[in-house]
Amino acid sequence: MRRPRLLYVPFWVTYVFLYTPIVVLVAMSFNAGKSPYVFAGFSLKWYGELAGNATIREGLVNTLVVAAGSTVLSTVLGTLLAVGLARHTRSRVLDALGVLPAVLPDLVLGIGLLVFYAAVKMTLGLHSVLLAHAVFGMAFVTAVVRTRLTHADTSLEEASRDLGATPLATFFRVTLPQLAPGVAAGALLAFTLSVDEFVIAFFTAAPTTPTLPIVIYSMVRFGVTPEINALATLLLAVSFTVVIVAQRMTRLTESLS
Amino acid sequence: MLQITGVSRRFGEVTALSEVSLDIRQGEFFALLGPSGCGKTTLLRILAGFESPDSGAVTLDGADLLSLPAHRRPINLMFQSYALFPHMTVAKNVAYGLERERLPRAEIRERVEEVLAKVGLAEMAGRRPQQLSGGQRQRVALARAIVKRPRLLLLDEPLSALDKKVRAEMQLELKRLQHEVGITFVVVTHDQEEAMSLADRIAVFSAGRVEQVDEPVALYERPRTPFVAGFVGASNLFEGAVHDGGLDGGALGVLPGTGDLPEGTPALLSVRPERIRLEDFGVPDEESPEEPAESPEPAAESPREEPVSEKPESVEEPETAESVEEAVSEEPVSEKPESAEEPESTEEPETAESVEEAVSEEPVSEKPESAEEPESTEEPETAESAEPEDAAGPSEGSGDAAEGSEGGSGDDPGEAPDRSKDSGAPEGGGVLRGKVADVSFYGGVSHISVVVPGRPAPVLVAAQGATRVRTGSAVALHWAADDGVLVPQ
Repeated sequence: MRRPRLLYVPFWVTYVFLYTPIVVLVAMSFNAGKSPYVFAGFSLKWYGELAGNATIREGLVNTLVVAAGSTVLSTVLGTLLAVGLARHTRSRVLDALGVLPAVLPDLVLGIGLLVFYAAVKMTLGLHSVLLAHAVFGMAFVTAVVRTRLTHADTSLEEASRDLGATPLATFFRVTLPQLAPGVAAGALLAFTLSVDEFVIAFFTAAPTTPTLPIVIYSMVRFGVTPEINALATLLLAVSFTVVIVAQRMTRLTESLS
Repeated sequence: MLQITGVSRRFGEVTALSEVSLDIRQGEFFALLGPSGCGKTTLLRILAGFESPDSGAVTLDGADLLSLPAHRRPINLMFQSYALFPHMTVAKNVAYGLERERLPRAEIRERVEEVLAKVGLAEMAGRRPQQLSGGQRQRVALARAIVKRPRLLLLDEPLSALDKKVRAEMQLELKRLQHEVGITFVVVTHDQEEAMSLADRIAVFSAGRVEQVDEPVALYERPRTPFVAGFVGASNLFEGAVHDGGLDGGALGVLPGTGDLPEGTPALLSVRPERIRLEDFGVPDEESPEEPAESPEPAAESPREEPVSEKPESVEEPETAESVEEAVSEEPVSEKPESAEEPESTEEPETAESVEEAVSEEPVSEKPESAEEPESTEEPETAESAEPEDAAGPSEGSGDAAEGSEGGSGDDPGEAPDRSKDSGAPEGGGVLRGKVADVSFYGGVSHISVVVPGRPAPVLVAAQGATRVRTGSAVALHWAADDGVLVPQ
């Protein structure tokens, strides 16, 4: 049965609305001219400039260090927290508190962490951003893994114990493999969120070690250049790849289990 | 071997187990039977170590079990959901328990192969659980549990997830394996057929208490509590007080039964549907609404007894069917001989016998013996002797004599009614009289419900084979004192 074509109009309008700015941005990144608004021929020169820009390279490295470190930290802690919440408490309050940082306004979290760092007299730097990102990353990992745990079959863990496995062996050989897709999804989420996180990083980073979003922000303050467009295009490419990989992975693990 | 003493467990307001004591012997196939929520699963989880009791003691071979965590107990559990690890192959699943014991690899491989061969899944070793059928998964679960050679194997509703055909197969399989490996099996089930067919002994649970522990036959034939009488097998329960060895059922009069209870004790009388013999006086208005083709008019007039088993001969010869009467009281349970009467001298006794055997599908421990009398038709006494248990009953003679005479006068429909009326008259033609409310036939058994005046629920009667009794017929119910069991209330 064919549906009336008219029904597709809102669908296409929505997509055009969503993706026009992105298409323009990508197109402008190949602009030969200096203006970010007027297209003056195809060129890759801005990508070359980007590669030669030491500030951006430094920002990128900082961001990757923070994202990788906070992802590891938040994945491990978030998974443990989720297991603990699901298996060892019945407290709904603790449950809610575990995932609260995910929905807390970034501004609140940023200011709160800054005050906390000042109170414990901690120096600011990459480590402080990393810890800050681990806080909200952990909340996301917890939320994702927790959902998966509620659907997981507790009798598998009981079967493992029944067959003579210690609680530790049970966790590593039965619980964790069951949770793997959830843990992976949580980790990817934490990583992508950390890479483009601006507000919390802005509060907790030292002026000497800005992350990429902070670098971009300071560049944009003096006007948007095609260089920024090129950088945004690259980030877009990375995000797309991650999303596709994540989709493939969940499909893979679903077909396995 | 396993001793459970005074175990109690409460969940908030709910008492799951209350002072449960059981003694399970070495090598036994033991069943915990009860409706859902009766506490049997809680007891199983206590034995496995996933739950601890509030009070009470559990010892295995004299050693305290409760102080051991689940993974140190020499007990394995086969889960209702099977709980196979989806991320491991069949072989890995089975090897899991052995790997935890840190056994040498060669030994693990050997034992896994051995046990998979035993459950008939040697070729499936490399598959994943989700690639197997329900029956195969269960075999894997069983293999995984027995490969550790536990002292005790617990099975949680082992057959409930299987369809009917596979169930029957697995039932035999479980019994065979239990016999082979010699492990004590404790099975939890709400399905009495499952318990009856599998177990050596059964503990019936109700509301956290053990009602009765007995062998299947004893449980069925001699229920000791009203709950057991009602739960295990279908049963007709009559309320009243013990009177003169039977039960004074008030409006129903004194009903025959046995049981060593003092006179006057309030009691229930339990009579199994297949122990009740039906004497058919036909539909009063001589109409045959149900099966007009099969039952010609004369059938309504001549009192017939409920046929035990459908005989091919009688179907083929309608004039035989009218006048023939057959014994109702087939004995589905154990030792009692089944009386299969064949008034028309049959050409092929073997056929009749094989038909009966095929038809009998009762919770039987031993196959009912079929006493056949192809040539006995001239002597009523012979017919009686074929049913020794009937001789003990108060309804003695009324049914049997009628049968005998009927049998003898198979060719003469006119004679039978007189004889049966004569013999039935003094007692009003049976223990109870009533009207057939419904007849249904399934599983090779006819299920007849009879409405008896003075009793709210209909009396259920089961007869082997297809019955010729029709809805609306006036019937008399007979049973011997031995067939009624008095249960203290």
